[in-house]
Amino acid sequence: MALDDTKKIKDFKVVGTRPNRPDGIDKVTGRARFGADMVAPGMLTGRILRSPHAHARILRIDTSKAEALPGVKAVVTRADFGDVPDHVADVMDNCMAGAKALYDGHAVAAIAANSAAVARKAIRLIEVEYEVLPHVTDVDEAMKPGAPVLHEGRQQETVPEGLSGNVIARSEFGHGDIEAGLKQADRVVERTYRTGATHQGYIEPHACLATMSADGQGDLWVCTQGHYMVRNVCAAILGMEQGQLRVTASEIGGGFGGKTVVFLEPVALMLAKKSGRPVKMVMSRSEVLRATGPTASSSIDVRIGMKTDGRITAAFAELRYQGGAYPGSPVDMGSMSAFAPYDLENVKTVGWDVVSNRPKAAAYRAPGAPMAAFAVESAIDELAKGFGLDPLAVRLMNGAKEGTKASYGPTYPAIGLMATLEAAHTHPHWTAPLGENQGRGVACGFWFNFGGDTCVSLNVTPDGTVTVSEGNPDIGGSRASMTMMAAEELGIPYDQVRTVIADTGSLGQNEVTDGSRVTFAVGLATIEAARAAKREMCKRAAMIWGIDADAVEWEDGAARPAGPNAGKFPPMTLKEIAAIASNTGGPIAGHHEVNAEGAGVSFGTHMVDVEVDPDTGATKILRYTVFQDAGRAVHPAYVEGQFQGGAVQGIGWALNEEYIYGEDGILQNAGFLDYRIPVASDLPMIDTVILEIPNPGHPYGVRGVGETPIVPPLAAVANAVSAAAGVRMTRLPMSPPRVLAAIQEAARG
Amino acid sequence: MVKVVLWGSLAESAEGAREVVVEAATLRALLDGLGEKFPGLRAELERGVSVSIDGRVYNDSWFTPIEPDSEVVLLKRLKGG
Repeated sequence: MALDDTKKIKDFKVVGTRPNRPDGIDKVTGRARFGADMVAPGMLTGRILRSPHAHARILRIDTSKAEALPGVKAVVTRADFGDVPDHVADVMDNCMAGAKALYDGHAVAAIAANSAAVARKAIRLIEVEYEVLPHVTDVDEAMKPGAPVLHEGRQQETVPEGLSGNVIARSEFGHGDIEAGLKQADRVVERTYRTGATHQGYIEPHACLATMSADGQGDLWVCTQGHYMVRNVCAAILGMEQGQLRVTASEIGGGFGGKTVVFLEPVALMLAKKSGRPVKMVMSRSEVLRATGPTASSSIDVRIGMKTDGRITAAFAELRYQGGAYPGSPVDMGSMSAFAPYDLENVKTVGWDVVSNRPKAAAYRAPGAPMAAFAVESAIDELAKGFGLDPLAVRLMNGAKEGTKASYGPTYPAIGLMATLEAAHTHPHWTAPLGENQGRGVACGFWFNFGGDTCVSLNVTPDGTVTVSEGNPDIGGSRASMTMMAAEELGIPYDQVRTVIADTGSLGQNEVTDGSRVTFAVGLATIEAARAAKREMCKRAAMIWGIDADAVEWEDGAARPAGPNAGKFPPMTLKEIAAIASNTGGPIAGHHEVNAEGAGVSFGTHMVDVEVDPDTGATKILRYTVFQDAGRAVHPAYVEGQFQGGAVQGIGWALNEEYIYGEDGILQNAGFLDYRIPVASDLPMIDTVILEIPNPGHPYGVRGVGETPIVPPLAAVANAVSAAAGVRMTRLPMSPPRVLAAIQEAARG
Repeated sequence: MVKVVLWGSLAESAEGAREVVVEAATLRALLDGLGEKFPGLRAELERGVSVSIDGRVYNDSWFTPIEPDSEVVLLKRLKGG
């Protein structure tokens, strides 16, 4: 189903408007129910004992004293889970350590008790005997021969012999001849860039409420980005049939990729199973930071050659990402996206997936791409400025367009990078004057976007209103956008449609809300479900009129006779058809199930002005503008919100945020006082410019918009800070001490 | 016959070929054909891949048709946040 199918839709009536948010009142009045808001009769409190060591062999766990404490109803260790299928083995081990604790905060045992006070006391009564092992938390250190090795036998066949066992995989992308290209260059920049591990910083900590009946049926209420994923993973870990576990997604207070995996849920279910009582578990902020899924930290070497006119002759990057204690850092995504915005004859990336004694990395908006863009866009900026060239003009000269062979392989269809660059180049921000100690930076970013398994059910009620059931938690406004697309397709007002998030018992499999897939894929399924309902309503009208169903068409919310031979009948509105549904065959519904493919890639360009205090090294963001291709902005206010949110998270990554480990391998800043994310008072209003280059793979031209906005800001801010401070910054975060040290070192020559 | 572009480290598992040719009219036949023709690719195929066909990325839709002149590129499995 392509855009061409709906070219007759010239003027959208609902799509592109800004109606009130369907969850707005609930959220501002506190009525919305998040993960920790659910209660059940007889509910117990679950709590987890976590490793105080970065790397330790677990020699013995004695839970007898805890079990004897009055009020304790269940104790769980890894032994309770037994063997689990291979595809969830790492997930299981991350949720509850087996032979070894692999990072500070790794879960070791769990308690369910009558009260939080009893649970806290019981946790302290569990005795764990550890053999403390050497640890490693830095990616470059972890790759060295002789580094402490976390796992044996996990290296893929892609890794050359002789490297540390922590090096799990190697990948390589690109085309052309790098060395030949570099020889053509008038200047080559070669630098190493480093980024710290950051956390998604979602406001709502992980929480769930699990029940398990004596007959083996389970129910789980949970804040997650994908309750179908939770069901499938938990069922595999607990040896349940998927149909016996019903998972309901709560309202979600942010995820950004961090809630695409399970942490508490299998443990809560096991505690519920052992105790026979509902068990609620809520993480503290410290637990969220220590033991959920931050992003990878990285170390990236870049070599880029450029002619004096700005043409890039060759581009190479070697990316090393540590993804925490288990294989699967997002280095592949970083390697494929690093040079994706450019049309390059000679390009190559090499990626290394490395494990270390940190919590297993989870996705974080466009996983792997922001750090790669930081390195590449910094080097391009340095080259452009070295030749005295306009950095945006250099990007316009080298930018990818339709027909460009992407650095990761495919040839691009219609894409929007050049539109974002041209919009940036002509925007007043680009030529606004700067003051002393101020600098301006620009950078581009890319994300793939994708679709995946999706089910939507659309039901017409007897009074002619419509309910859409979808299976993806609403993180970025999906209830509003699905409502709008259903209303658009049916030709009825926005307020006549309500979209709800169905539990896992109500729809078929739905992929996790990630990869900027939902507005694209669920939107596509919603439109098709509405079309199915329209076909049925046309059929019902045809029955009333006594004509063939093919002689009826749907237009402006009503069935109408189509063509000169169909007869002259007054249109039947949706409400009129719904009112007599029982008399014409029964309830009216439409549904659609699809593995949605054909998501269109997305590009953005960011521009930022900063001021650096030369005495303290502190950076203030003065002005920020996001330019991004949205395909079709279904609800522009939500699109702007995605742009702004991505920019702000990227600013935090660039300036403040970092997991800081001591020499003992213990996380030093496991709280929002010491791990500081940007707050509103730190920032100016983030301006946005939405470009709309329709995605030919979607009936309305929609592209995902949620991932790309976090890709350019690290580099854009770094380029601005480098300009303001007069020294090239190659390491994130650019905290005041780090910037001050760079300024002072540059002054010393 | 379909021409398939392999990324660098995958090419090393296909006897160094950056482009290979297999008989396939669908995505499933393509993946099966690659595994049969180049056993060294099987480990990566089993870990999961994405496939770009004429610029559109597909993950699991086995019966996606592939035209003989389609541009087909094997990609690392795409993951999002």
